[in-house]
Amino acid sequence: MAELTSRQGGRVAVRKPQVYAWVQDYGVYAAVLALLLFNVLFTPHFLDASNFRTQLVQVTPIVIVSLGMALVIGTQGIDLSVGSVMALAAALTVLYLGYGWLPALIVAVIGGAVVGAAGGALVAYVGVQPIVATLALLVGVRGLANVLVPQLVEFRNPGLIALGSSSVAGIPVIVLIAAALTVIVLFVVRRTTFGRQVVAIGGNRSASELSGLPVKRVLLTVYVISGLLAALAGVLATARLQASDPTSLGLFIELSAITAVVVGGTPLTGGRIRVLSTVMGALLMQLLAATLIKHNLPQSWTQMVQAVIILAAVYATRKRGTR
Amino acid sequence: MRRTELEAVLEAKGISKRFPGVLALDDVSLALRPGEVHALVGENGAGKSTLIKVFTGVYRPDGGELRYQGGPAAFATPMEAQRAGIQTIYQEVNLVPMMSVARNLLLGREPRGRFGVIDAAAMYGEAERVLAGYGVDTDVRRPLRTLGVGAQQMVALARAVSVDARVVIMDEPTSSLEPREVETLFGVIRKLRERGIAVMYVSHRLDELYQVCDRVTVLRDGRLAHTGPLAELERLKLISLMLGRDLNEVRSDGLTSFSRDHAGEPHRNGQAPVVEARGLTRRHVLDGVDVSVRPGEVVGLGGLLGAGRTETAKAIVGALPLDGGQVLVAGAPLRAGSTAAAIRAGVSLLPEDRKAEGIIPTLSVRENIALAALPALGRAGVVSEAKIDRVVEIFMRRLRIKAASPHQLVSELSGGNQQKVLLARWLAVRPKVLLLDEPTRGIDVGAKAEVQALIDELAEEGLGVLLISSDLEELVEGADRILVLREGAVVGELSGDEVTEERIMATIAEQADG
Amino acid sequence: MNREQTSRLLQQHGAVMVLGLLVIVGSLAFDSFATPANAASVVVSSSFLAIIAIGMTFVIISGGIDLSVGSLFVLGGVLAAYGSRHGLLAALLLPLAVCGIVGLLQGLVIARTGMAPFIVTLAGLLGVRGLMLAISDEGATTYLVEDRTFAALGQNELLGLSYPVYVTIALALAAMVLLQRTGFGQNVYAIGGNEQAAALMGVPVARTKVYVYVMSGLLAGLAGALNAARLSSGVTILGIGLELDAIAAVVIGGTLLTGGAGGISGSVAGVLLLGVIQSIINQVGSLTSAFQQVVSGAFLALVVVAQRLLSKAQRLT
Repeated sequence: MAELTSRQGGRVAVRKPQVYAWVQDYGVYAAVLALLLFNVLFTPHFLDASNFRTQLVQVTPIVIVSLGMALVIGTQGIDLSVGSVMALAAALTVLYLGYGWLPALIVAVIGGAVVGAAGGALVAYVGVQPIVATLALLVGVRGLANVLVPQLVEFRNPGLIALGSSSVAGIPVIVLIAAALTVIVLFVVRRTTFGRQVVAIGGNRSASELSGLPVKRVLLTVYVISGLLAALAGVLATARLQASDPTSLGLFIELSAITAVVVGGTPLTGGRIRVLSTVMGALLMQLLAATLIKHNLPQSWTQMVQAVIILAAVYATRKRGTR
Repeated sequence: MRRTELEAVLEAKGISKRFPGVLALDDVSLALRPGEVHALVGENGAGKSTLIKVFTGVYRPDGGELRYQGGPAAFATPMEAQRAGIQTIYQEVNLVPMMSVARNLLLGREPRGRFGVIDAAAMYGEAERVLAGYGVDTDVRRPLRTLGVGAQQMVALARAVSVDARVVIMDEPTSSLEPREVETLFGVIRKLRERGIAVMYVSHRLDELYQVCDRVTVLRDGRLAHTGPLAELERLKLISLMLGRDLNEVRSDGLTSFSRDHAGEPHRNGQAPVVEARGLTRRHVLDGVDVSVRPGEVVGLGGLLGAGRTETAKAIVGALPLDGGQVLVAGAPLRAGSTAAAIRAGVSLLPEDRKAEGIIPTLSVRENIALAALPALGRAGVVSEAKIDRVVEIFMRRLRIKAASPHQLVSELSGGNQQKVLLARWLAVRPKVLLLDEPTRGIDVGAKAEVQALIDELAEEGLGVLLISSDLEELVEGADRILVLREGAVVGELSGDEVTEERIMATIAEQADG
Repeated sequence: MNREQTSRLLQQHGAVMVLGLLVIVGSLAFDSFATPANAASVVVSSSFLAIIAIGMTFVIISGGIDLSVGSLFVLGGVLAAYGSRHGLLAALLLPLAVCGIVGLLQGLVIARTGMAPFIVTLAGLLGVRGLMLAISDEGATTYLVEDRTFAALGQNELLGLSYPVYVTIALALAAMVLLQRTGFGQNVYAIGGNEQAAALMGVPVARTKVYVYVMSGLLAGLAGALNAARLSSGVTILGIGLELDAIAAVVIGGTLLTGGAGGISGSVAGVLLLGVIQSIINQVGSLTSAFQQVVSGAFLALVVVAQRLLSKAQRLT
C-alpha cells in the first residue's frame, strides 16, 4: 500500500506542497486566530475577563490530558485509558483527603502512574497493541473507580477547594499549572534525550532498537507520563467541582484529547510531536463550542462541526504522514 | 527458430517517465516477443523498476507509446494490466501471510458449489494439484506465513501463471530461493517459454541470466544502453554496459574501489581480537558460530542467502535472542540480548534493510546522525544542540553527505546518502568494531565506491570491520579474511591468497556435496 | 497435533472454550445461574451488542475500526421510533437507510482519501451523536414506538426467547457464510492481511472497504431499531461507549485488531462472555455492576496477553 498511496500523495503534493505544509504547520493557529477575531467582532461580552477565565478553566483538563496523549501518539501509540484514570484520581483523592489535600493528590497521581505503567508494560513488554491494552484499562479502571467511590461525594477540604478556585494575578491556579506543564512537556520533547528518543521510536521502532535506544523503557515511561498527567487533570477537575464524581468525570475525554492532538497536526502514524499545536487544538475545539453556544446554536451543532474539523485537519495533514 | 521475427506481444516505444527532479525513463524502447525469456538488467536507479511499473499499469508514461498484442495500450491500474494477461512476480512475496495457502493461490477464482458459495473441498483439492507441479508439497490449509520464503514464492508464481497469462514479469525472483528451488523455477520458466508466453526476467545474478534468458536489455541512467541476444554478449561486456565504464577500465581496475593491500596484513594476526563471538547458537538459525575481528581487520562473511550471515551480525550486537554462545569485547563478556550494551562496548551494526531498520523517516538528517550518540551529546538527559551541530557537521563533510541542509528529512535523500547518514550515526558513537550488513546494496555506483573507500580508510585507522556482502567481488577485494557460512555454521576460513571468488564458491559447494 | 496447530486452535476458538468453562463454573456455583430464565436474559440482552459486533468483526478483519457504531445504535433507535408513526416499514427502513448512508460516507472517505479509520469514525461518532441530538431536540424528546407490529418485533417471544435473538442468530449464520464462503469474505481477509498484495491480486480494495463500513452502519442501525422496538421508545441516552464494548467483544473472540484473521463465532462468543461475566457478578449479590467493568477489563487484558503469546508460539515453528 505504501507504494500506491505514496504515489497518490506524490501527485497531489507536487501540485500544492507549500499549501499543505503551511496548513499542517500553522493551520490550527490560523483557525484559533480567525475564531477569536470573529468573536471579537460579533460576540457581545466576548472580551470580558470573566468569560476568558471560564473558557480557560474549562479547557484545562483536556489540555493536560492531551499533553500526555501527544507523547503517546508520537510513539505510534494511543491511550484510551485517560478518562478512567481521571475518575480513579477523583476517587483516590476523596478517599485520602483525610490525610490532607497534598497527600491525597500524591496518592492520586501515583495511582495514575501505576495505571499508566500497566498499560505501558502491556504495550512495551508484552507487545499488545496500544489501542486494546488501554481499552482494557478504560473499562477496568473506570469500574475500579466506581467500586472505590460508588456515588458522587462532596468535600469541604479548604486546601483542595482553593487549588480549584483561587487565582494568582487574575489567572486561575489550575490554568497556571496547565501552562507550566505545557512548558515542561515542550522542554522534554525539544531538548531532552528522552524526547528525541520518543519521536525516533515512533518514527521507526526497529531502527531505534538497533541504534541502542532503550525502546521498552521509553515506551513504558511515555504511558506512565500520560497516566500521571491524566491523574493530575482528574485531581484538578475534582478540586474545581468541589466533588468527586468517578461515574462521569473524564468520560470521553480520551476522544477530546485525541482530537486536540490530531487537530494540532500531530500524525497518528507517530514520529512527530507538536506540543504547542496540541494545546492550540484543544483551545480551538473549546472556542468553537463556546462560539456556537454564544450564538444560540445547540450542542448538536457543536458536535457536527467538531466532526467536520477533525476530518478537515486530518485530511490536510495526511500528506506528510504517508511519506 | 524464427522467434526473432515474431511480432512483439508487449512493446515499449520511446517511453519517458518523469518524477519531480528526475527523468526516470528517457526514450526507452523494448520489445518482448512471445516465447522468449528476456533479461532486463541495470544498476539500481537505472530505471528497471520504473519500466516494469509502466508495463504493469502502476505508472502512466509521460511520453512514448505502449503497445500490447498489436494495439496501443494504456493500463490505468495494475488490475487492468493483469486482466489483459500481464502477470508480475514481485521481489517480496506479495501474498496474504495469514490466509491459507489454498485461499492465497485461488483468491478471486475459488471453485464454487451450490448457491455460488465457495466449495472448500474442491478448493483444497485444486490447490494441492496445482502446487504439486511446482514442487510444493504442503498442507494447503496452513496459513501461508508458516511456509518457507521459497515455497511462498512458488505459490505466488503458481498463482500468477495459472491464470491466462501472455506476459510474465519476474522481478528478482530468485533473491530468496535456495539453489534447489531456483532449479524448479527455471523448469517452470522453460515450460512457459514452450507455451509461447513471454517472460521478462529481472535479476542481478549474471549466472542465472545466461542460464535461462534468450535476449537482454540493459538500462543505464534511465536510457537504453543495449538490447540484443544474450548468448553473443560477453559477460564482462555486459557488466561494462551496466556500469557505463570502459571495458578495459573494468578489466584493469576491477569493479570495486577497495585499494588496500591485504597481503601486507599479517602483523595484525598477533593482535588480540577486539570482538570475539563464541558458539553463537539459535535453533534452526545458527549452529555454534565462532567469529573474531581484530583491530584494523576486515573480516568478510560469505555464504548464500539464509546461511546465517545477517543472523550472526545481529546476534553479536544482541539483536537476536540466542539459545547459546557468548560475545566478548576486548576480553570482557557482553550482556546477552542488549543492543545498548553492545553499542556502549563499541560494537555497532549497520543493518541490511535500510528503510525498515535504519533510517527514521520522520526525522531530519541531523537527528538521524545524532540518534545513537544522543546520551553522549548532552548532560543529565538534556541535549546540547551545539555538540550535535558539531558532530553532524564533521560527519556530513567527511562522508560527503549530499543534503540541502542538516534539517532536511532523511527520507528525501537518495539511497546512497541515506546509507552514509547511517554510517555517520555509527561513526558518531566511535565504535571499535562495525558490522556492515550489505553496506552497498541498492545504492548508486558513485556512493558505492565512496562507501568501499571509507571501509578501507576506517580499517587503516584501526577499526575492526565485519563485512557481509552478496557481491563476491566486494567481499574478496574488501576483506582480509573470509569466513564462509552454510546452514548457520562456519564451514571454512580463507585468508591471504585463498581469498578469491573461486575459493569461496568452492568452499560453499564442497560442503553442499558432503 | 503439534504446537502450531494447538495455538492456532486456541486463538480461533479460545473464546468459545472459556465461555463453556465459565458457564460450567457459574452453574456449579450458583443455583439460579443455569436456569432458563437467566439464560434467556443473558442471551436477549446480548443480542443487540452481538449484531453490532458482527459488523465490527468485518471491519476489524479488513484492518479497520468503526467507532461510530455506538452513536449509530442510538440514532437508529431514535429514527425507528420516529418512523414507527408511519408504520412498520418506515420504522425499519428509516434507520437502516440513514445508518447505511453514514456507513457509506465513512467508507468512501476511508477508501478514497486513505485517512485512518480510527479518525474518520471518531468524527462519525461525534457527527452522528450531533445528528441524533438535532432530531430529538437536543435529546429532550423521546419518541415512542407507535406501531404495534414493530413493537412486537422487539418484544414477542418464541420458545421463551424474544425475536431479536433469532434475528441475531440468522445474521450470525449469514455473516459466517459471507465471510468464509464468498469472494467478498475472502477479499475482506485479504485486505486486512496485506492490503498492497490484495490490490495486486485483483481484490477491489476500495469497494470492499466501502461495503464493510456500510454493513457495519446497517447492522448498528438495525440493532438500534430492534432495541427501540423492545423498549417501545427511541431512548437518546443509551449506547454511549457501545463501540468499545463491541471492539472488546470482537478482540476477546480472537479477531486480531491488526486485521486479516478472526471470525464471527468468536465475536458472538465474546459478546456472550461479557454477558455471562455480568450475570455471574449479578449472582454474587454483594457486588455492584462496577465490578463487572473491573472483571471485563481484566479479562480483556488477559485475552490480549494470551493472544500475543499464542501468536509468538505460532511464529516459532
